[in-house]
Amino acid sequence: MSASAAEPLAPARRGRRIPWAIALPLAWVTIVVFCAVTANWIGLADPAAQELILRRKPPSAEFLLGTDNLGRDMLSRIIYGARTSLIVGLCAPAFGFLIGGAIGMCAGYYRGKVDLLLVGVIDVLLAFPALVLALTFTAYLGQSLFNVTLALGILSIPAAARVSRANTLAWGNRDFVLAARTIGASNWRILTREILPNLLPPMFAFWLVAMSVVIVAEGALSFLGLGIPAPQPSWGGMIADGREALDAAPHTALIPAGVMFLTVLSLNFLGDIVRNMVDPRRSAL
Amino acid sequence: MTWLSRQLLRLVAVLFAVTLLTYFIVNILPGDVAIVILGNLATPEDIAGLRKDLGLDRPMLVRYFEWLGSALSGDLGRSYRTSEPVAQAIIDRLPVSLQLMVMAQLTAVGIAIPAALLSVRKPGGIFDRISAASAFGFLAVPSFMLGIVLIYVFSVRFDLLPATGFTPMSEGLWDNLESMILPALTLGLIEWTVLMRVLRSDLLTTLKEDFILLARAKGLPPWRVLLGHALRPSSFTLITVLGLNIGGLIGGAVIVEQIFALPGVGRLLLGAIFNRDLILVQGTVTFIATSFVVINFLVDMLYAVLDPRVRHVRFRS
Repeated sequence: MSASAAEPLAPARRGRRIPWAIALPLAWVTIVVFCAVTANWIGLADPAAQELILRRKPPSAEFLLGTDNLGRDMLSRIIYGARTSLIVGLCAPAFGFLIGGAIGMCAGYYRGKVDLLLVGVIDVLLAFPALVLALTFTAYLGQSLFNVTLALGILSIPAAARVSRANTLAWGNRDFVLAARTIGASNWRILTREILPNLLPPMFAFWLVAMSVVIVAEGALSFLGLGIPAPQPSWGGMIADGREALDAAPHTALIPAGVMFLTVLSLNFLGDIVRNMVDPRRSAL
Repeated sequence: MTWLSRQLLRLVAVLFAVTLLTYFIVNILPGDVAIVILGNLATPEDIAGLRKDLGLDRPMLVRYFEWLGSALSGDLGRSYRTSEPVAQAIIDRLPVSLQLMVMAQLTAVGIAIPAALLSVRKPGGIFDRISAASAFGFLAVPSFMLGIVLIYVFSVRFDLLPATGFTPMSEGLWDNLESMILPALTLGLIEWTVLMRVLRSDLLTTLKEDFILLARAKGLPPWRVLLGHALRPSSFTLITVLGLNIGGLIGGAVIVEQIFALPGVGRLLLGAIFNRDLILVQGTVTFIATSFVVINFLVDMLYAVLDPRVRHVRFRS
């Protein structure tokens, strides 16, 4: 036992990783993205059309995933909800990465006082409990898709800055950066041409994880009634609605919960795989 | 400057920035307090008068320092709606949040320690893989989703536990615990994953040490080696993460408190946001952020006391 006990788990698992661990999450994410993009053309019912006589119907041939408390088609709402989740999930981290990535690169490249100042600012932002900050932001900015995305984007700045700073620190010491500097390349050129390309793979891995975090955060805000405003479908909002009728029609809460779970799980899976490819050292985690 | 005084200075700076940022967010964004208090039918003169009475016509920075001054003496102002002192409102709700936090942590540790111990008995074995897989699964479950599923299973389906509501401890210990089991389980089931991972990885490191080899050579059964020799020196990171979670849970359990209708600090904040009760929002956010920062600071200190190497490494990166 002693010899095997000392070995970390990951390398053994990596070697044996079976294809479905990549294929299934990838397939699920593809389906979600495809449905969300083509939602207008695949003949879905109007996600806002209410039919009170048909409320809380369980899944059937007519309504594949049943109907909700107001008799709206669940399948249609799930798919339009996916669109909401994906918009927030793609845009918020993108915003955070653009700003946070730039901040982190400056801090990691220039070091010294710039670094100290920027890290101080990031520390303050990280000192806030994230959800509390998101709640406060959306409560006062007003609830809309744009504001929720903006609030979550601002919240992802510190994390993105940390990742990009750490990677910039590591790459900035390399010989090719020194070589570029020796032949007289400007700081701007070194940052954009030498360091940035090396930053993209780890940032991409992190972006997949950030996406799932943001989708969950949007769900939480909408669940609390402070996210996407009411008629617009959102998974978190649907789970909150379904909670009212857990005894009579559990599917109204459990189906969106399941869809959200699978999506987040798939994104985590893919993020994990990409991270292992980018940085084999961290695969043990 | 010594290491400790530098850290203290940093703490004060962060706290200052946190309160300023809170004040800034709450006060600069739209939603005039005077209109909130007087309603939409108020005349412009009334609004101007009230703004003057509340001191809202003065520069924001001046108001911030006044607020900070009284906040330092424990006065966070009074709610615009109920005129209840904000500090009192927080203190009233705090025991519920603290109880939830303690029970959630106990649940998380109660799952994490056995899972980690069973995992490292045979790394890569069947149990290790099951616990790694379920940890990965639980990482994808947000608290609002888990809360709903637990309510569905334990309250709706099997009618074992109350779905929502809170019974204070004064009305019976069991009734009180009963109302807290599902909320604590919701948080605990999400938190054990991180705890299990750090403990597992620390255990694996410890198991490589010579004294473990000695214990094994003495012929001690594997369980005695794990529990008696390996667990304690491996629980260092575990304790740190637990400490950090305390800070997060004091106000971070907003969602769980909301789902289960527990009258804690998180729900106080949410109610204040819905009611546009600015001064209450500000006080609660300040309280939550401050406890978060201070507790994280104390955990860092504890870490440094336990492991002197930290003093030189940790804060530089």
